[in-house]
Amino acid sequence: MTFDGLAINALPGVLAVPVVAAALLAALPNYRASARLNVLATTLTLICALSLLFGKPQPSSYLLVDDLNGTFIVLTTFVGFTTSIFSASYIGHELEIGRLTPVAVRFYHAMYQVLMFAMNLALVANNIGLMWVAIELATLTTVLMVGIYRTHEALEAAWKYFILGSVGIALALFGTILVYMAARPVVGEGLDAMVWSVLVTRASAFDPALLDVAFVFLLLGYGTKVGLAPLHAWLPDAHAEGPTPISAVLSGLLLNVALYALLRFKMLLAANAAAIAPGPLMVTLGLLSLVFAAFMLYRRRDLKRLFAYSSIEHMGIITFAFGMGGPIANFAGLLHMTMHSLTKSAIFFAVGHVAQVKGTQRIADMGGLTETHPLLGWGLILGVVAIAGLPPLGIFMSEFLVVSSTFARAPLLAIVLVFGILVGVAGLFLRLNSIAFGEPRGPAAGTQASYVPMFSHLALVLVAGIYMPPALVVWFQNVAGLLG
Amino acid sequence: MHGLDFDVAHLLAGSLVLVSFLELYQDRLYALLNVYAAHALVLAASVAWQAFIQDAPHLYVTATIALVFKAIVIPVALHRMIVRLGIHREIDKVVGVGPAMLAGMGLVALSMVVMLRVTQEADPLAREDLAFALAVVLLGLLMMVTRRNAVSQVVGFMSLENGLVLAATGAKGMPLVVEISVAFSILIAFIVIGIFLFRIRERFDTVDVQALDRFRGERR
Repeated sequence: MTFDGLAINALPGVLAVPVVAAALLAALPNYRASARLNVLATTLTLICALSLLFGKPQPSSYLLVDDLNGTFIVLTTFVGFTTSIFSASYIGHELEIGRLTPVAVRFYHAMYQVLMFAMNLALVANNIGLMWVAIELATLTTVLMVGIYRTHEALEAAWKYFILGSVGIALALFGTILVYMAARPVVGEGLDAMVWSVLVTRASAFDPALLDVAFVFLLLGYGTKVGLAPLHAWLPDAHAEGPTPISAVLSGLLLNVALYALLRFKMLLAANAAAIAPGPLMVTLGLLSLVFAAFMLYRRRDLKRLFAYSSIEHMGIITFAFGMGGPIANFAGLLHMTMHSLTKSAIFFAVGHVAQVKGTQRIADMGGLTETHPLLGWGLILGVVAIAGLPPLGIFMSEFLVVSSTFARAPLLAIVLVFGILVGVAGLFLRLNSIAFGEPRGPAAGTQASYVPMFSHLALVLVAGIYMPPALVVWFQNVAGLLG
Repeated sequence: MHGLDFDVAHLLAGSLVLVSFLELYQDRLYALLNVYAAHALVLAASVAWQAFIQDAPHLYVTATIALVFKAIVIPVALHRMIVRLGIHREIDKVVGVGPAMLAGMGLVALSMVVMLRVTQEADPLAREDLAFALAVVLLGLLMMVTRRNAVSQVVGFMSLENGLVLAATGAKGMPLVVEISVAFSILIAFIVIGIFLFRIRERFDTVDVQALDRFRGERR
């Protein structure tokens, strides 16, 4: 089979595999078998996604694969794959201690695949209506997963997430309708006026005023899902109260998917000279999120909540970088997004096991982790060192690129940026110190942790920090060019 | 532009905004549900009228969904739920009726100013529809933030979605994909909410969101 033929079969594969797997998993009562099937399905999806890189199918009115979403799809399916391995051991433990019932686990596995499907669909959608539907589906699935423990806190978190997420998604739909209104006089009525690849070629003739208002709604709507301050209120609760694999997927992937939607509309606006520049709006929200979240890191008592705020901080940096635009800042934004996804999910893998070993998420109740559980402890330290952006790991490089390109263009903004990053770093290390070192606190029993996903992510981040393969650099430069 | 077409569409969309205001000051759950049913009814009429003047038969499907599902099935189901939970007493409001109505008027004015200004090029029917739709969306949001009771927040969310349907049908020739998806998402949303309400009942014996707030995430 030629590469082209392969790719044509791969695109339905990315969508169909999770759907079939979800149906099977919903019917399968055995936990061990379903955990394996879950891993198998994510592996197959990853293979399909990788083969998309070798040849792109022709865009249709509903689906599109280009270099931009190719990057996102590979990242999504890869982290989805490693998370499913982590999830197998994590959920096994939850089942053992009776925190989850077998029925809940069955539901969890089916929902995991539905979430994968929804995220992949949002990424490959060429139709802005379809993209909206997919993101709505992803939101609803994660709401159900966040509430799965059915404790007071979990229900409160899920309800808050549901209400805020729905409002966000409703605003995004209003924005989508406005984009259609702007396109209709130019493209004509019907399906074509919602097809992104048609819209972007004709955008220069759209009514700029309508596009401006549409983008404000889209930014507020999808921005809620990205977790940008001041629309972030759902994010820490949802991360802290749901099962940890879901925290990893939320932080590592779903935030990216929402950001991707925003980027598509940003490209649409950039194609119209008379519309407002979307950059400054994104820069403002990005910086606000960064500085706000950096300060919020200081008084966290809950381990998962701490890293949830760190996700807000990094989404702020990424949004800022894309808002600045231009080849270098876009490159840095893409790199930072990739590195953040890998690192943050690795951290959540570690955090999940730590919370299981210690039986709590309270930072005050855990300590001396490097003594009692050296592998987990050092894994967590490595993860925090990476997320803090210390050399030689990957995030150092991407943060350095963001900062240096900003210094060259807008020094005042760069000062705020550096200030936010430094405040965040100090906050993280302050907390890490009490968790990883000092007198051991809490239970010291051994654990059946799966270290492979965590350390493979961290290894990738380390390698990317030291040596980026030229092919990858060229790929990212190409995508950065697309983003304008 | 036919005069009558425009006038009726205008009347129906305007009525939707008016019914949103009615929702805003209801202080009993049953009454609120009845007003919501009226809201959905006006929406169904408005969508059906759009289907008629745009000569777009698929919009009748949307109108039927609004009529059967939103105006009948959901209010009845919520009504039963309220009876079973025994929470028909009055609704706890965060702000009083006066300030809420004033804020609502401000929001309607805001949506008129914003939408009418930016859509000068579009045809008059669509732009008025859009302005009214934004007003309904914002009033739904206002209702969600001014109520503490979970059921009335849900009603606020559903009237917000009604505003979106109004906008989608007002945009002439918008593909069916979106309308069905909107209707569908309401269905899903409703299921989710139903599950939540029952779980909340199991756990707290109340659907007052303030009770949830007491269990706020940050563990102490």
